Amino acid sequence: MVAPALAMVLALFVYPLGMSLVSAFTAKDGAPSLDNFAKAFELYGNDMVFTLVIVTVSTALIGVLAAVIGGYLVLGAHPAAVSILKGLYRWPLFIPFIVAAQCMRTFLAKNGLMNNTLATLRLVDVGSLSGLLDWRGIIVTFVWKETPFVALLVSGAMASLDRATIEAAANLGAGGLRILVGIILPQVAGVMLVGLTLAFVTMLSVLSVPIMISGGSPTMITVDMAFRVNSYGDYGVANALAFVSYAMAGLAAWIYLQRNAATGIGL
Amino acid sequence: MRAALGWILRGGLLGSLAFAIFGPLANLILWAVAIQWYFPHKLPLTWGFKYWGEVFKPTSDTVAALGTSVLIASITVVVCLLLAVPAGYALGRAQVPGRRLILLLLLLPQAFPNLAVYFNVARLFYTVGVNGTIAGVVLVHAAHGLVIAVWIAAAAFAAIDPELELAARNIGASAPRTALTVTLPLAMPGVTASAIFVFLESLDEFTGTYFVGVPDVTTLPLVMFTASLAGNYQIAAITALVLLVPSVGFMLLIERFLKADMLARIG
Repeated sequence: MVAPALAMVLALFVYPLGMSLVSAFTAKDGAPSLDNFAKAFELYGNDMVFTLVIVTVSTALIGVLAAVIGGYLVLGAHPAAVSILKGLYRWPLFIPFIVAAQCMRTFLAKNGLMNNTLATLRLVDVGSLSGLLDWRGIIVTFVWKETPFVALLVSGAMASLDRATIEAAANLGAGGLRILVGIILPQVAGVMLVGLTLAFVTMLSVLSVPIMISGGSPTMITVDMAFRVNSYGDYGVANALAFVSYAMAGLAAWIYLQRNAATGIGL
Repeated sequence: MRAALGWILRGGLLGSLAFAIFGPLANLILWAVAIQWYFPHKLPLTWGFKYWGEVFKPTSDTVAALGTSVLIASITVVVCLLLAVPAGYALGRAQVPGRRLILLLLLLPQAFPNLAVYFNVARLFYTVGVNGTIAGVVLVHAAHGLVIAVWIAAAAFAAIDPELELAARNIGASAPRTALTVTLPLAMPGVTASAIFVFLESLDEFTGTYFVGVPDVTTLPLVMFTASLAGNYQIAAITALVLLVPSVGFMLLIERFLKADMLARIG
């Protein structure tokens, strides 16, 4: 009964993935070579670093925010504040990246709602402001969009923990932060890692956000791949870039599997 | 005094979070009802629904794209459920050999940078003539949505008490009848959740459609993307709102379908 579903994934994902790998290591004349990689690193080396930095920083911020949100939902002493937070943080959960990008494209612009609001509150001087429509905007959009997903997973896991150890620590005088870092987070690390790995890989393959938030160079390699394919029909270099993105995703998956093997947590 | 300070701090933090979450959405809504808005004005100069008439007139691209999007999403749900319900049943109830490996394989389309795979799928589809067709886009969307659908379905089936089925068999119901009148209705909330999820994923999907659907299949996200890059912010904002409403609706309803402790089992 599983076979049809498996066949679908094999035909539409695993096979094209294999094509991609073969194409990356094949020169235009069909001989095996590393030319595509040489060209990819020469033209898009900066973009690779840029991509890795953006995705890594975003993942780290998402992890911290998800831990704080989840922690407050479990430990928060004020029911009103907890329920406000609960109703608040999830809004971007299912909002598509492309819509998030359009929101941010206007919100983070030099003359966008964010700068205008801050200026109206007299917190900043609008003349001295620039917009955030560059690498910072990409990170803001990623964090805005992906935090609710990881926070939802993590807070779900936190809510089902045994309260006894938390209360024991509280009785012994541990503060909220100490309980969160010392007792709760180690127990939900598995779920946190799954969430962050999925978020990392998702951000690695988003095309709309880098195009719509920051048009110029440097940009993310997703944009370069689309450009190579659409403008030159150059599948070789595009697939070499693809290989780099698989390697980055593989790195994330490796970290996840390390942890998974160490604790024996199942899927 | 300390309590008051605490509430000021909490209020400030929650207020900032609310601004960070709703600010970008508010900016989108402002653009949707703006007729004229340019630098350096902080708010639109003229307001109204002029652009709504343009977007929703029967001959517009957006209305056609909405039709295409809903059609694709509906077929994707049917395809996905036909594959996911049996797979979910097998994985949730029976002892399937290699269960872990199967789940891992199904996870690939979500846990791998899929943009790189999409342009290779497009290349593959081009050789067999499904590129630029509704069928091609449906296949790509279904492969992507499959793992979530299988996961939710497997969890839903696993949660059903086998005694209920045994009871039905004991009083003389046949196996198919038990499946149709006992097992399936009990799993229905989970199956519905996966159907909604797959529908939304398909409705919002951009990258796959961008490579596989173009130039003949135009979905709502593609219309929004084109309008945004062309600087038609009103049209982009109105189209984005159409995509936003079902996403936010599902976010508000999700707790009915997914229990937090079910999420905790992932990981």
